[in-house]
Amino acid sequence: MNTPSEARQSPSMQPPPIGMLAELTHRCPLQCPYCSNPVELTRKREELDTQAWQRVFAEAAELGVLQVHLSGGEPALRQDLEALVASCAEHGLYSNLITAGVNIGRARLEALADAGLDHVQLSVQGATAEVNDHIANLPGAFDKKLAFAAEVTDVGLPLTLNTVIHRANLHQIPDLVELALELGARRLEIAHAQYYGWALQNRGALMPPREQVMEAIDLVEAARERLKGKLVIDAVVPDYYARLPKPCMNGWGRQSLNVTPAGKVLPCHAAETIPGLEFWNVGEHALGDIWQHSPAFNAYRGTDWMPDACQSCDRREIDWGGCRCQALMLTGDATQMDPVCELSPYHDEIQTLAIVDSHKDDEFTYRRFSRQPA
Amino acid sequence: MSADIDAGGVPELQESDVVKIPRGVRLREDKARGGWVLLAPERVFQLDPIAQQVLMRVDGERDIAAIVDDLAQAFAAPRDRILADVRAMLADLITKNVLEVT
Ligand code: SF4
Ligand code: SF4
Repeated sequence: MNTPSEARQSPSMQPPPIGMLAELTHRCPLQCPYCSNPVELTRKREELDTQAWQRVFAEAAELGVLQVHLSGGEPALRQDLEALVASCAEHGLYSNLITAGVNIGRARLEALADAGLDHVQLSVQGATAEVNDHIANLPGAFDKKLAFAAEVTDVGLPLTLNTVIHRANLHQIPDLVELALELGARRLEIAHAQYYGWALQNRGALMPPREQVMEAIDLVEAARERLKGKLVIDAVVPDYYARLPKPCMNGWGRQSLNVTPAGKVLPCHAAETIPGLEFWNVGEHALGDIWQHSPAFNAYRGTDWMPDACQSCDRREIDWGGCRCQALMLTGDATQMDPVCELSPYHDEIQTLAIVDSHKDDEFTYRRFSRQPA
Repeated sequence: MSADIDAGGVPELQESDVVKIPRGVRLREDKARGGWVLLAPERVFQLDPIAQQVLMRVDGERDIAAIVDDLAQAFAAPRDRILADVRAMLADLITKNVLEVT
């Protein structure tokens, strides 16, 4: 009873999505070098307005979405965040605020809680001010985050701590576990950087050495066992050193969708990196229509698009051939199997690439808007 | 908390324990797919009809004995068996941090 269900519907209909990532804005006070936003960020004037988002939430609920992740950039830079949370609540959607926690004061937090917010996911870039503020490129950020976390638990909202792990903070995993406990988080997410977008540009500064990654996996496993019932620890395993790909998004267009600040609907947040895909916008199509019929969602649904090696593999409906964006980036072809897979002709190449990058000494390229007239 | 958490983290629930669905976890019907779900941070638990019946009675006030009595009556089933099932199910959800002992 603990896995999301497969829907029983006519074969021509796609089972409805369970989760939706709503990227409310790309604006953010932080500049994390692994940020999952695209390198070309969307500007404020192109963002969907309040009413458009409210309509999206209504359509999402109608379609069968159960959980909405209000994300960004920094979603709290939207003045209408309370109204958007209220709209989720009105439609019975479970709302999760994904925030960097540097710009939400007590009064606003209470207003969000009153509007029906279900859960707060706070990102920390490291377990100490020094590491955190360097990675976020924002002095004082860590102290603000600690204060915010205390307010969240004080208001009575459940808290998840999330950290993206890479070479500059991998050594802090035990400290992050301690921090999560101290802050009263019920859940800790340890997510190894996924190398798209900004992280891809920063791979030479972020990629950890193999031995340290393996050590980190053991540390997380041990902590998870030890803290069962006290702290849920979810780990996103590092990719490049693995032998089998991750089930990216649990399969393309199977369980979730992603709406960008400008209203484009994507199967995953990096999907726009794949050339030639046609994405539909909530301004022109109903969400249900997009889910069922948009070319981008149907491009890699199911198993028909897969290369022969995947078609004849037992894992084809377990990992769904891995990540399309990663296949594209590393092989130049989005219909290749994820090169993390041992059976990929590119497998050795990417392992070598990871090892080479892990020995580089690059500086961070911080995430920011490109210098074009605003 | 009156339930003891043993070394493995699985709570030994007493009939007098009262459990509740904490803030941040929600029980609701899933019309699109049918059935009921428990929504938790980043997780969706699809409930079988029995789990649904149990959780609909979890209100943070009734103790486990009362919930079991009610179920035994509603389904005309032996109380011992229901008690064992309910205990195992609730303990499992407590371990997953989606239920709490008050
Ligand atoms: S990863 Fe960092 S820069 Fe990107 S949106 Fe989150 S907090 Fe902002
Ligand atoms: S061959 Fe394809 S389906 Fe099989 S493990 Fe590799 S990527 Fe997954």
